[in-house]
Amino acid sequence: MARSNAAIIPPGELEAVATAYAEASASIARRVVVCGGTGCIANGSLKVYEALVAALAAAGQEVVVDLDIHDCSGAAAHVSTSGCQGFCQVGPLVTIEPDGILYTHVKGADVEEIVSRTFVRGGLVERLLYRDPVSGERKRGKRDIGFYAKQERRVMAECGSIDPEDLNEYIARGGYRAARKALFDLSPAQICAVVKDSGLRGRGGAGFPTGRKWELALRQASPEKYIICNGDEGDPGAFMDRSVLEGNPHSVIEGMLIGARATGAGVGYVYVRAEYPLAVQRVRKAVADAEAAGFLGADSMGSGTAFELRVMEGAGAFVCGEASAMVSSIMGNRGMPRPKPPRTAEQGLWGKPTVVNNVETLAQVALIIDKGAAEYRSLGTAGSSGTKTYALTGHVANTGLIEVPFGATLRRVVFDIGGGILDRDGRPDDAAFKAVQIGGPSGGCLTAEHLDVPMDFDSLGDIGAMVGSGGLVVMNDSTCMVQMARFFMQFTQRESCGKCVPCREGTQQILALLDDVIAGNGTLESLGLLEALCENVADSSLCGLGASAPAPVLSMLRQFRSEYEAHVVDKRCPTGQCSALVPLSIDAAACKGCTACARKCPVGAISGAPKQAHAIDAQKCIKCGACVAACKFDAIKKGAA
Amino acid sequence: MLTLSVFAEARRFEAVVAVLDRYDRDPSRLIPILQAVQDEYRYLPEEIMTYVATALDISPAKVYGVATFYGHFSLEPKGKHVIKVCDGTACHVKGSGDLVEALRAELRLEGKAKTTPDMLFTLETVSCLGACGLAPVLVVGEDVHGLVGKDEAVRLVKEIRRKEAGDGSI
Repeated sequence: MARSNAAIIPPGELEAVATAYAEASASIARRVVVCGGTGCIANGSLKVYEALVAALAAAGQEVVVDLDIHDCSGAAAHVSTSGCQGFCQVGPLVTIEPDGILYTHVKGADVEEIVSRTFVRGGLVERLLYRDPVSGERKRGKRDIGFYAKQERRVMAECGSIDPEDLNEYIARGGYRAARKALFDLSPAQICAVVKDSGLRGRGGAGFPTGRKWELALRQASPEKYIICNGDEGDPGAFMDRSVLEGNPHSVIEGMLIGARATGAGVGYVYVRAEYPLAVQRVRKAVADAEAAGFLGADSMGSGTAFELRVMEGAGAFVCGEASAMVSSIMGNRGMPRPKPPRTAEQGLWGKPTVVNNVETLAQVALIIDKGAAEYRSLGTAGSSGTKTYALTGHVANTGLIEVPFGATLRRVVFDIGGGILDRDGRPDDAAFKAVQIGGPSGGCLTAEHLDVPMDFDSLGDIGAMVGSGGLVVMNDSTCMVQMARFFMQFTQRESCGKCVPCREGTQQILALLDDVIAGNGTLESLGLLEALCENVADSSLCGLGASAPAPVLSMLRQFRSEYEAHVVDKRCPTGQCSALVPLSIDAAACKGCTACARKCPVGAISGAPKQAHAIDAQKCIKCGACVAACKFDAIKKGAA
Repeated sequence: MLTLSVFAEARRFEAVVAVLDRYDRDPSRLIPILQAVQDEYRYLPEEIMTYVATALDISPAKVYGVATFYGHFSLEPKGKHVIKVCDGTACHVKGSGDLVEALRAELRLEGKAKTTPDMLFTLETVSCLGACGLAPVLVVGEDVHGLVGKDEAVRLVKEIRRKEAGDGSI
C-alpha cells in the first residue's frame, strides 16, 4: 500500500531515514495493522482495510495510509496492511497500537463499531477479542494470548507488524545496516567466519551449515558466481517461506546481499513458487524499491561492486526445491537433480559456483551480522543455534505459523502454543493426542513419548525424524496412520522426477503396498516387504526427494506397528478410516430375508432362513461389498450392528 | 473466408511474438516464456510450442520436455474458470477429498476428465497453497476461499454459472 521509493538512499543516511520515520510515526496517535497475508485476504481482510480507512475518515479521524517520513504534522491513525501474522485461523486480524489490541474474525460490518468504540471512545469491542478455546476467556492482545506469548519471534519479528511494501519502515527497524556493515566493514572471509561461528544451519531441510557453504563458494576461483534464494516451498503443510516473503521481503533481500558479498556472487535469483502470487508480487516490489534506493544494481550501496537480483516463478515441481534441480530449472530445463559431487557451490548455474539458500536461512543473516554470532548462539541448542519457524496445523486448537528457539519441546509447541488437542468432534481433549508428523513428506512421526525431546536437528535425527522444512501436523486418535503414510507417499510418488529407478519405481511400489494394506489385501509379508523396499529406496535414490520419501512410512510403521498389524492380520482399521476394513452388518428391521446377499457372498459369511432377517459373520466376512450391491432394500450398512 | 482465417491465425501468433520479445528470445528463459504464453492462451497449443522452439533455436522436443515436466503447464485447453482444490496435508486431513467429489458430481466430470464439455470449468487439485490455517482451501481463478464446505463449493460453481448465463461479464 505504500509509495515507491524513487530516490537513492546513500548508505550513510540509513539512520536519518530511520529517525525521520520514527518521528513521523510518533506524531500519529495510533498504528493500525490489518493482516494482508494470503489467509486473511481470503477471509476478506482487504475489504476490512478499505472499510476501516473510510469509516475513520467519516468519523472525522484523520488517516494516513502512506507514511511520508518528512511529515510530522500528526494524524489520528496510520493504517496499513502487513504480511502474515501467523494466526490465520482467527483472521482477518486487526492490531491497534499503542492500545495493544488484537481484534479477530473482523468483518467489514464490524468496522463502524471498532471506530466508534475504540478510536473515538478508547474502549474495547469485547466480542472481537480472541476467546481462549479452553477457558472461554477473552484476551486483549498478543501479549495475553498463549499462541503469541509463548513464542520467540526473531525471523518473523517484523512479519505482520511492518508494512512489507514500505522500504522506509524496514529501514526504521534497523534494516540494511547489516548489509552496509558487510559491504564496507567486513571482508568476504570475515562474513563467512561470523556466519560459521553463529552456527546457522540451512532451514530448507538438510541443515547444512550456511557459513561452510559460503566458504566453499568463496574459495572457488571464478569471476562469475551466483546466489539463489530457494523459495520453492513445496512441502504440503509448510508455509513459513511464503509468510516471510509476503511479510518481510527486504529481510531476504538483505540476506542475499550479504551472501553475495560473502561469496563473490554478482547475480542472484529469488525462486518463488508460482502458487504464491502475493509473495511473488511483494518480492518484485521490494526488489524494485531496493534497486531504486541503490541497494541493488551496478553499484550496490555505493560499494563499487555489482549485485543484480532477479525474480523467477517456479512452474509446479516439488523436486525443484533440490539445489541442482533448481539450478537446472533456472537455466530453462526440466528440473532434474544431478549426482553430487560437484556440489552446486562448486558447479551450479551455467557451471559456475552457485550458493542456494532457503528463504528462512537468508532472513536470519542480517540479524547475525548486525548483532554478532555470540548473540545469535544464545538461543537454541549447542548443535542448532537460533530459532525455527513451524507451520502448526491439524487437530490442535490454535493453528498457524509459529517460531520457537531450537530445543523447545513438542509439548511447548502443541500444548502451550497450540492450545492442546481437538478430538474427532472438534472439542478440546488432550487425551485424544496421537502423533505429530514433523518435516512433511520427508519427515517422521513423533508420539507421546517424544513430547519432551528437545526439537533440534540432531535430537530429531536420532529418533528417526527431522526438522525438515518445519511442517507440524498434529493428529488425534481418529487418524489412521496407514492412510497418513499413503497420503505422503502419494505426494512424493507424483512428484518424483523419474530420473532414477529407485525413486521412480520404488515410490510406486511402496504406494501399491500401502494400497493393499488399506484395501484389506495386505499380509504380514506385505509389511516386511514394505520395510525392506523403503530402506532400499532411501539408500539408493539419487537426491534428497527419493532418499527421504520413505521416511514417513518407515517412521509410522515403526511407531504404530500394531495399527498396521491390525490392518493385515485382523483385517480391521482401528480408527475406522479405511472403508474396506469397516465391518458390514445387516439392519434386521430393513431385511426382508430375500437371501440375495447370502447367495452372492463369496465366503459364505451370511446366514439366515428365507423371509427372516439375515446376519453377517464378522469372522468370515472379507468386506468385499458384494452383499451391499446385491441388497435391494439398503439393509446392509457399514459399521458394527 | 480464407483471408479471414489467415488474419485470425496471424493474430494468434502476435501474442506469442510479444512474449518472446519481452524475454529477449533467450532460451534459458523458456519457463517464464511458456508461463506467459499459457497466460495468453490458457494452455500450450502444439503449434505455439513448435513456434517457440523455432524462435529460440532449440528443438521442439526440448520445449515439449519442459512443458510436460512442470505441473503448471497444460497441453489441453482449460476451462474459462479454473477451480483448484488444495490437497496439502492440512486440507487433506480436513476433508479436501470430499470437496473434490462434490465438485466432480456438480460439474458432472467423469473418469479422468478435468474440464467440462462447455469449457466453462476446469477442476484441479494442487499440492499446497500455503493457507493451511484455513483448510480446506480452494481457489477459483485468483480468489482464495478458505474453510470451504461441500455446499459452499457447489454454491460457488452455481454462482459462476448464473453470472455466465446472465451477462457473461465476469
